Amino acid sequence: MKEIALHVLDIVENSVAAGATRVDITVCEDSSDDTLTIVVQDNGKGMDQDLLERVSDPFVTTRTTRKVGLGIPLLKAAAEACNGYLRIESTLGKGTRLEARFQRSHIDRMPLGDLAGTLLTLLVAFPQVRWVFRHVVDGREFCFDSEPILKELDGVPLTEPIILSFVKQLLHEGIARVQQNIG
Amino acid sequence: MPQIKSLEELKRLREEALEKRQARTVAGHAQVVVGMGTCGIAAGARDTMKAILEFIEKENLSGVVVTQTGCIGLCEWEPIVEVTVGGGPKVTYGKVDPEKARRIMKEHVVNSHVVEEYVIPS
Repeated sequence: MKEIALHVLDIVENSVAAGATRVDITVCEDSSDDTLTIVVQDNGKGMDQDLLERVSDPFVTTRTTRKVGLGIPLLKAAAEACNGYLRIESTLGKGTRLEARFQRSHIDRMPLGDLAGTLLTLLVAFPQVRWVFRHVVDGREFCFDSEPILKELDGVPLTEPIILSFVKQLLHEGIARVQQNIG
Repeated sequence: MPQIKSLEELKRLREEALEKRQARTVAGHAQVVVGMGTCGIAAGARDTMKAILEFIEKENLSGVVVTQTGCIGLCEWEPIVEVTVGGGPKVTYGKVDPEKARRIMKEHVVNSHVVEEYVIPS
């Protein structure tokens, strides 16, 4: 994957596959402690200890657990290559929390990439899920919650041209606002 | 609170969308499905999806259903896009980059002509 935003798009689909109705995605950049952290928290069906231990291992998971696949091992490798880590906590029946941390200034850290494009794709592809997105850069914060928007739309799909423009602009402006002054 | 202000704007846009929807809808119903498994995403499916959405926006196309599917086992053909127009058959396109996506949208979704050269041979 060439962007962190693409990893995010990829791994949150595990949450959707786990039947989550709400997924919280947090992207946090902190230049003082030189970290970039991604947290994905869902209310899906969760994993038992056995599966939890296997999800990070591509050689086990790709062959035995079709639902998990390569997404997590790829993100884990990317984070670890940048002095970071990947942690997953999960409770059966409650949900899963995944945290990936990167050294922000690490030479191998791929760019954050097109977060707005990732979010728009998720909103269009999985309208049944409530997406809550938080982007924090050195204390500046952008929050996006799909629920009030879908409620207001009341059945009119996001893919109507003017609605699409509106949501796209909302995401682009919000993300640009928190990312100003940062490389 | 910018969010509240924008929700009011959204309310207005919704009414507008409803009116337009009645006025101009793609012949029959068109469904566009983008493959979004790990293989699809790694091959560029998000940018394909983006190009499709941008086409809808630019051409002001109402009534196109855009959705996603996971890996369908044809990873070497990703990004894959499936198009169904009206009562027509489902057509599966392979290696759809943004440029090909725009052509498929224009020729197949809008004008109901299958773009044969991008169809995955069976």
